[in-house]
Parts: sequence; structure tokens; C-alpha cells
Amino acid sequence: MSEKRLLRGSHAIGEAAIRAGCRFYFGYPITPQNELTEYMASGLAALSDGVFIQAESELAAINMVLGVSMTGKRVMTSSSSPGISLKQEGISYLAGQELPAVIVNTMRGGPGLGNIAPSQGDYFQATKGGGHGDYKTIVLAPGTGQELADLTRLAFEYADRYRIPVIILADGMMGQMMEPVELPEPIDPASLPPKPFILDGAKGRQSRIIKSLLLDPPTMEEHNWKLYRKHQMIENEIPEVERYLTDNARLVVIAYGTASRIAKGAIKRVREMGLKVGLLRPKTLWPFPKKQIVEMSGMVSDFLVFEMSTGQMLEDVKLSLEGRRRIHFYGRPGGVIPTPDEIAKVINNIYFKEGLETEE
Amino acid sequence: MVSKQKKGFIKIDEELCKGCYLCQSVCPMNLISVSEKLNQKGYHPAAYNEEDMELEKHQCRGCALCAIMCPDIAIEVYCE
Amino acid sequence: MRKVFGRPESLKDTPFHYCPGCGHSIIHRLVAESIDELQIRERTIGIPPAGCAVLAYDYFDIDMGEAPHGRAAAVATGVKRALPDRIVFTYQGDGDIAAIGTAETIHAANRGEKITVIFVNNGVYGMTGGQMAPTTIIGQNTTTTPGGRNPDRDGLPIDLSEMLAITNGSVYIERTSVDSPKNINKSKKAIKKAFRVQMEGLGFSLVEVLSPCPTNLKMSPVEANEWVNSTVKTYFPLKVIKDETGKLK
Repeated sequence: MSEKRLLRGSHAIGEAAIRAGCRFYFGYPITPQNELTEYMASGLAALSDGVFIQAESELAAINMVLGVSMTGKRVMTSSSSPGISLKQEGISYLAGQELPAVIVNTMRGGPGLGNIAPSQGDYFQATKGGGHGDYKTIVLAPGTGQELADLTRLAFEYADRYRIPVIILADGMMGQMMEPVELPEPIDPASLPPKPFILDGAKGRQSRIIKSLLLDPPTMEEHNWKLYRKHQMIENEIPEVERYLTDNARLVVIAYGTASRIAKGAIKRVREMGLKVGLLRPKTLWPFPKKQIVEMSGMVSDFLVFEMSTGQMLEDVKLSLEGRRRIHFYGRPGGVIPTPDEIAKVINNIYFKEGLETEE
Repeated sequence: MVSKQKKGFIKIDEELCKGCYLCQSVCPMNLISVSEKLNQKGYHPAAYNEEDMELEKHQCRGCALCAIMCPDIAIEVYCE
Repeated sequence: MRKVFGRPESLKDTPFHYCPGCGHSIIHRLVAESIDELQIRERTIGIPPAGCAVLAYDYFDIDMGEAPHGRAAAVATGVKRALPDRIVFTYQGDGDIAAIGTAETIHAANRGEKITVIFVNNGVYGMTGGQMAPTTIIGQNTTTTPGGRNPDRDGLPIDLSEMLAITNGSVYIERTSVDSPKNINKSKKAIKKAFRVQMEGLGFSLVEVLSPCPTNLKMSPVEANEWVNSTVKTYFPLKVIKDETGKLK
């Protein structure tokens, strides 16, 4: 039975993970995501097959994730920016060994110790491979409380389907907000299809090795191209966006996560004033929805990239459009949360500076 | 009554041997020497002195100290 | 005539790549013999290190999963928590376990993770060409301690096994060596006991095995064993460091 509940964002992620059949979680305290770690502690303790360990570090936690993933079970870890930096080695190994796992990053101000306020400064880290080597992780960007639950479930599915680590990129604001969430039917982990690559003791079969070490360069090259082809397949299959009031838009804002919510508020205000503005909200940051952005550029002359950073997704937008259209940028890094009014002013200025037509 | 000493012999796999000679250092009967041959890896393998001898004359008792010491599991040990 | 010594089942036929006289080869064999004799091959999962034994999975005929350098205890924790009825062991060098992996090792022991750790102590970073290890002896020459390890600059060799004995979750810790057939036999006994500790669900078990690295000691295999016997053992005495197993069934 699915049920509707009023849930804090971090709890929505936790509940969705458990309902997706995740019975293993390893984490470490870090603001602003402790509510998720604590939710998993009590949630898994209530299950006979749940395993929660507060690890000695985020580094240890990602390695425990690696171990569980080798046995084929659904497993998750979470942290915030500096802690995600610590996990990069483990994420690189997960990618190289083609192991599924879900990693939740509730972004905060940075770099360094930064602050505990919400920000979007980890886009590069998440989408360009914060760890070493030629790899990608799928990156999902929830924009609503419902999506915190839905995309968490999807994260586990994608991780298993493609044998790849999946990052859920949230931020401090999304973690705290309370929204009604419809939760799906729980999955029994025993009902999940068996995985053919796992380590569980070589009984009645050849012994298996899970590794990423390929000393012979041509063999390593082959493996790199294999991962590349997997990435291409993922790029063809899963990019997703939300289009908000884009039908007759002359200027489209591109924003994700909390920035997209602020942008929606701004767009509502400027629409009332007759400006034809819409929002394109990427739900997948990797694979980046290039095609959808290029399609939109058919009717749209100006794009405004709005991020809570100094401009990271901006580069992917530029790469996608390859100079086809004008791209503007507005950023507030450091954990500052701009108001819809502020963004509305920015949109207004650009709109009139570029001489775009308004509705009569 | 004197019980008859059990006789044994060993087989050294010359291609697995890396010429570390640890076996030679532990054989209580000094039955291992260094071969003049070179194996594929370029080592002079260890050689068992009683290889061509009749079993009756063997001093080897199959104690297996050589095999226990051998890092490359190049030695098999047989005993009565 | 019957064969009284041969290759264990749990080792593949692949010839070892280790240097002549290297202790790894011997220790691999002892672990494999223990697995054979305890009849646990089909439910054992091993986590190799980064180091000379990074290729251990090419030799052991059991399921094996690579861990990043030093993280084997954390990876093994994940595997064992997911599959509590399997036998999970790590095989780590001194750098892996006592330098980069210290935190993960101590905490796995502290939590009493029911895993078995084989700690190969050869006092040097072999695979990377002979740099100082946490267990390098004072005065021992390595590529990063020209003139010998100096306590003022480098500190003293670390007693990781003694440190782990303090943790509540560790149940059995013994230090042995492979420098002579007698010690090799003792090592095997210890390794087998460590596995049995796990089989009976008692807690964290570890065997530290002093091992020669002839290549980086720049000695012959026989000389390297003599070095282990006469010098290394004075810093790292062979003994049962902790045994709270009571009577194993």
C-alpha cells in the first residue's frame, strides 16, 4: 500500500531508501545531513535484517559500502560536501569495479570547512568525477520533497541496472523542508533479481574476482572504453528534465534543486508582468540533458543559468549550446539563499536589456 | 626391537624453483644441492641428490622440511 | 609410497610472481592449507591489499574482492555484515594495515568485527621499491630512510598488534614468523586458529607474520630469514599477544 506522509526532506530520502529494499547504511555525523543518518539508524534497527554502522570516518563508510556492494545487496551512504570529498577514492573504486551504490550529498558552503548553509558548489565534484580516473557516476537532482523520495528509489534501480554508483545531489534546504510525500510500496530485498557478479563464496561455481586493477595497458584501455560505452548508453536512456511555463518562453531559466524552487517563484512574478519566461529544470545532472536544452533553443533566444555557486552547471549549458544562443548567469555561492524577488529582478533586467517582447 | 627407518624422496619442479635455496638450508640430511642447469626463468634450480638412487639407499625420510620451507611449492614429498 | 606434501586445493596452479625467498608465497600456502583443512573454501571471501600481494586473487581459488590501499578492514566489515555466515579474511602488508589503514583496522577490531586479518610484516614497502614502512627497524636502510630509520625523524616501529589487543572487540592476536620450518608450522597453527575464532563467531582475530623481503633487504633468502630471526624478532617478539578464546570447540 502506498501512503502519503508529511516528511522532512532527509527523512523522505531515508524512508524511500528503506522502501527500495536498502538494508545497509554506513555514515558519519556532518551538518546539515545528520537527520538522514539518524533516520537510517532507527529505521534499520527496526528491521531484523537492517545493518547500520556509524563508521569511524566517511572514508571508512564508503569502503563498507564497497564491501556490501560486492555481495550484491542494496547499500547507501550519505554525507555533505567535505565528507563527500573523503569518499572520492571509494567512489572511483566503485565505478572501476562496476559496483552499484547510492551516495547522498546534502551540499553545504565550501570549499574547505565552508559553512553549513545550503549551496550548489559540488556540481563539478559530482558530475565531472570528483575521484581519479575515467569514470562517471549518475547524478540525480531532486527538486521537491516528492522527488527526494522518487529519485532515491530510482537511484537504486539505476545503480543496479547499470552497475554504477549513483549520487543524489541535494542541499541543506531540501534536507530540512517538510512536504507531503507519497511513498511507494516497500520492496522486499529478497525479491530483487540476483546479480551474477557477486562474491558470496565459491560454492558450486568458479571462484570470482572483483577488481579494478588491470596492469596490462591494452586491457585497461578496453575496460575504459567499456565504461565509456556504458556511459553513452546511459546518456541515451535517462536524461530527464521538468519544463515549467516554457511553451511560449523567450527566456528560459536553467536551475536545479533549491535554486529551481526559487526560480519558479521568480518566474511566477515576472509572468504576471507579462514577461515570457520559463524554467528548464534538469533532474539528471549526469547525464546532462543536452538534447532537451538544444531542442528548447529552437524558440528561445536567451538562457539564464541560476545556481547557488559561482557557475558550475553553467559550463555544461555552454557546452550543450555551443554558442547557439545567449547565455546569462546569476550565482549566489557561500550558502546565501536568494529570494524569488531578487531573481525576478535579475530576470527583468536581462529581459529588457536584450529587448525581448512581452505579452500584451 | 629396532623399527625400520621410513624411506622417502622428493620431486623438485625445476621450472617453479626460483633458486632461493631455503630448502637446502633446512634439509637435515644435506640432500639438496644447486643444479648447474638454468631453468626458463634464469635460475639455477635446487636439485635432489638422491634422484637416481634406489629407494633402499635413500637417506631422505620424507620429513618435508624442505617442502614446508619452499615458498614456491616446488617440492612434492613422498614417504613409505 | 604416498604423497605427504603437495599443493593445497585452495591455491590455483598459477606460479607465484613473488621474489625468490619471499614470505608471501609461504603465507599464501599456509592460508590455503588452513582453508582446505577447515573445509571452508566454498564459503570464504578474501580481501587482498595494495602491495606485493595485490595479485593474491590470482593465486587463491576463492572469491576475492579488491579494496583500496588500507581499507581492507572496512571492506571486510561490509562483506561480513552482509553475509555473516561466510568466512571473511583480509590479507594485508604492514603499510596497508598500520600506516594508511590504521583507523579502519583499529575500529574494525574495536567493533569486534568477526573477520580474520592476516598481517604480513616484512618491514618495508616492497611493491613500490623499498620505502620505509611503519614497522621498519631502527637503523634499517630503506629508500626513504637513507642512513637508516632514525627515531627523531621517523619515530619508532609501531606495535600495531599490541595496540589492537587493547581493543575490546579483539579476541585472538598472535605474532609468528616464517623464517624456519618450525615457525612456519606455528604460523599455520595460528592462522588456522584465527579462522576457527571466526567460525565460532567469537570476534576479531589477527595473526601477524614476520616475513622476509630479501629483495629490499638486499640479502639472500637465507640471510633475510636470519635477519628476521636475529633482528626483527627483538623488536617484534613472537608470542600470543591476546587470547580470549577460552576453549575452542
